[in-house]
Amino acid sequence: MKSIIRFIPLILFVLLGALLYRGLFLNPQAMPSAMIGKPLPDFELPRLKATEQMLGRDDLKGDIVLLNVWATWCIQCKYEHPYLLDIIADPRIKLYGLNFTDDRNAALRWLKQYQDPYVFSIFDEQGALGLDIGVFGAPETFVIDHTGIIRKRFAGPINDKVWQKEFLPLIDTISAEIAQGAS
Amino acid sequence: MSYAAIDFNTTKLQQLIRLLVSTLLLITFWLSNANASPVDTFEFKDEATKLRFQVLSKELRCPKCQNQNLADSNSKIAVDLRKNLYNLLQEGKSDQEIIDFMVYRYGDFVLYRPPLKKQTYVLWFGPLVILLGFLGSVIFVLRKRGKAKENELSLSTGEQESLDDILNKK
Repeated sequence: MKSIIRFIPLILFVLLGALLYRGLFLNPQAMPSAMIGKPLPDFELPRLKATEQMLGRDDLKGDIVLLNVWATWCIQCKYEHPYLLDIIADPRIKLYGLNFTDDRNAALRWLKQYQDPYVFSIFDEQGALGLDIGVFGAPETFVIDHTGIIRKRFAGPINDKVWQKEFLPLIDTISAEIAQGAS
Repeated sequence: MSYAAIDFNTTKLQQLIRLLVSTLLLITFWLSNANASPVDTFEFKDEATKLRFQVLSKELRCPKCQNQNLADSNSKIAVDLRKNLYNLLQEGKSDQEIIDFMVYRYGDFVLYRPPLKKQTYVLWFGPLVILLGFLGSVIFVLRKRGKAKENELSLSTGEQESLDDILNKK
C-alpha cells in the first residue's frame, strides 16, 4: 500500500507529461466545421465577372463541387493559386470561387494576372454567404457532394500534399457513392 | 569598516532591483492600458440593446483567433461578426436565437461557456473530481498520521510494566 502511494506523484507526472506532449502536436487551428453534414444554404449573390447576373445554390452544377473561398487581401491564396490550376484537371470535380469581402476591381485584376481556375466566382462583398457557411478566413475550401450536402471544410491553402491527403480520399468516396446510386 | 562596505553594497543592489521591478511593473500596466478594445461606431435603438451587445460580444469567441472574444479582437472576421451581431440585435432577435445562429455556423467553439453535454462532462466536472480527490487524499493522510502518532505514544504492556517498575523503585 505504502509503496503504491509513493509512486502516485510519479504516475501523475507521467500522465500529465503524456497529455502535454500530445498537446504539442495538435493543431489548434484545425477546427471541425459545424457545417459538415448540413446542406449548402441558398444564396443570392452576383457573379464576379458580370455583376448583373445573380447566382444561387442551383448554379453550382457538378457532382462534386469544390467551393474555394478567396480574396485579394489573402496572401496564402496567392500561394494556393497555382495548385488550384492543377486540381481542376481532375474531371470529377467542379471548382467554384467565393470572392470573400473583397474589392471587385482588385479581384478581377487578380484573375487576369494569375489565370482563372474557377467555373465562376461568386462576388460576396458583404460576406453574407461566407457567414452562412461559417467561413472565418481565407483560403478555405468546401467540398459539396452530389446531394448538396457539405462534406468537408478545409481551412488553409491547398497544395499537393494537402490535396493528396485531405481531398482525394473524400472525392474517391463520393465518386463511389455516386456510382452506387446510379447502378 | 568592511561590514559597512558590504551593507552599502546590498542597499545599493536592493535599490537597483526595486527600481527595476517598479519600472517593469509600470511598463506592464502602461502596455496593458494601451491595448484597449477596438471601438466600433454602432448606433443602438435603446440602452438595453447596447448592453446586450456588450454582453454577447464578450460571451462569443472569435472563431479565427484562438482565445479572444468578439469584443476584444480586431481580426477581420471578428469585425464582420460584430457587425452581424449588431444587425441581428437591431432586427429584434433574442439572445438565444443569436447564439443558435452563431453555433449553427461556427459550432460550439464560438461559445466561451460550453454547453453541458457528453463531450464536455470532463470539462464541467473534472475540476470538482480533482478537488474531491485531493481532499480525500488529504483526509486519508491526516488520519493515518494521527493513528501513527497514537501508536507511538501508547506503550505496550511490557513497556508499561518496566516503566512502573522504574517509577516504583524511586
